[in-house]
Amino acid sequence: MAYSDKVLDHYNHPRNVGSFDKSDPNVGTGMVGAPECGDVMKLQVKVNPETGVIEDAKFKTFGCGSAIASSSLATEWLRGRTVDEALAIKNTDIVNELSLPPVKIHCSVLAEDAIKAAIGDYKKKSSATTAGAQSVNA
Amino acid sequence: MKLPIYMDNHATTQVDPRVFKAMHPYLTNIFGNSASRNHSFGWEAEEATEKARKQVADLIGATSKEIVFTSGATESDNLALKGVAEMYAEKGNHVITAATEHKAILDACKRLEKEGLRVTYLPVQTNGLIDLDQLRAAITDKTILISIMYANNEIGVLQPVAEIGKIAKERGVLFHTDGTQAAGKIPVNVTQDNIDLMSISAHKMYGPKGVGALYVRRRNPRVQLTAQMDGGGHERGMRSGTLNVPGIVGLGEACAIAKAEMPEESKRLAYLQDKLKDRLLASLDEVYINGTQEHRLPNNLNISFAYVEGESLLMGINDVAVSSGSACTSATLEPSYVLKALGAGDDLAHSSIRFGLGRFNTDEEVDYVAEKVIDVVKKLRELSPLYEMFKEGIDMSKVQWAAH
Repeated sequence: MAYSDKVLDHYNHPRNVGSFDKSDPNVGTGMVGAPECGDVMKLQVKVNPETGVIEDAKFKTFGCGSAIASSSLATEWLRGRTVDEALAIKNTDIVNELSLPPVKIHCSVLAEDAIKAAIGDYKKKSSATTAGAQSVNA
Repeated sequence: MKLPIYMDNHATTQVDPRVFKAMHPYLTNIFGNSASRNHSFGWEAEEATEKARKQVADLIGATSKEIVFTSGATESDNLALKGVAEMYAEKGNHVITAATEHKAILDACKRLEKEGLRVTYLPVQTNGLIDLDQLRAAITDKTILISIMYANNEIGVLQPVAEIGKIAKERGVLFHTDGTQAAGKIPVNVTQDNIDLMSISAHKMYGPKGVGALYVRRRNPRVQLTAQMDGGGHERGMRSGTLNVPGIVGLGEACAIAKAEMPEESKRLAYLQDKLKDRLLASLDEVYINGTQEHRLPNNLNISFAYVEGESLLMGINDVAVSSGSACTSATLEPSYVLKALGAGDDLAHSSIRFGLGRFNTDEEVDYVAEKVIDVVKKLRELSPLYEMFKEGIDMSKVQWAAH
């Protein structure tokens, strides 16, 4: 199968590879997929709690080149967006940007799921912290 | 050294220049139909196919009259299974095969099942070999055929063919083996191993594509087949169709070269195989060899690089032609059924690479491939959340994965 130039570029030069401390309250972590399915994506966002802006994003992916490219692209797109803007990213945006063939669409779906899972994790943590703070104040 | 490097010799092999040279006259001046009995054009063609028949027979310890030329191993497998099932339908309706057979066997069996045949698919052990006790136990008085491959095309393991042949003979059951990957690579002798039918293919042993043979035993017992192709009654009625004279000449020459050079060539391939394996194992952790290392083709290495997905690895070594058992490289999006049958887990199937060494691979190429694979595996593990979890000591079998 021929890969698009953008997939090859992300594969050869993946952006924002790495991990944040999962226990950091400002970090949201999403891990989707399963080893027996052949792809696992871990996507993390670091959010500024004052502004709700994603200041940094990192990923690690076990999967094919298109899965690596989809998650690498996702981290680029996440940086600088607010949490709510991030949730607006659709898998079809990734498909179009990377020119993914039909057989690789599931990679983009996985990336969208990873974004949602990371943001969801952050939101859950921050509401817990807020709730915790309120209860202390009360 | 020339790039890209071809190291996928279980898929196909390059035609040996000597084979091409032998075929050339039969693609140009000598064009007769070997079935033309009344002129010199036919006689010349027939002489060539009979010489080739002898060369094929000599490679596997058979006699010329036991060789039926076909279009390749898929046709040979189909002819053996369907031909025996039809011919011996009155004797019984049960066939035994194994889960790791080539699709040409498995899908032919599925077809026969639809027509009422009963098929037992023996599981394999974690080393890729069938359990002979299970084979013995599976034989019933309705069993007409055992079909177990000689060497596996994905993991290169060698089934205990001699023992299977012995069991089949004792129980009065015919024994077919798909010898596609074994013939020409390791010594094969149909007489010593009590093989009744064997499929072989030219293009897996440096011959041309589109030609192969089925060995059909003529004595003790005399195996009969119902033809699956109707026509002019060629090949003693077992396979009609004008003979592919240049292809058959190529198959014959390929067999003769393989026979003459096998002792030296298999030693050289085993050395390259060991070298590749040792280099990879020395530089990388969490590397698993699929299939037994004791009973194995000298040219096959099937390795899982844990926590790295196969297609992404192939992408990184794009100047090296190898195969992967990863789902992403298959049309069905399912990981290799052969590796799954070993029970190693789907995750290791997704991480597998098949290296198929061949006659034209060099020492230098093996060095290059080893270095390249090591580099790319290390790079991809940097990217792998699973490798990170492994390093943190997390038991991944206990993780709740969000499967999709």
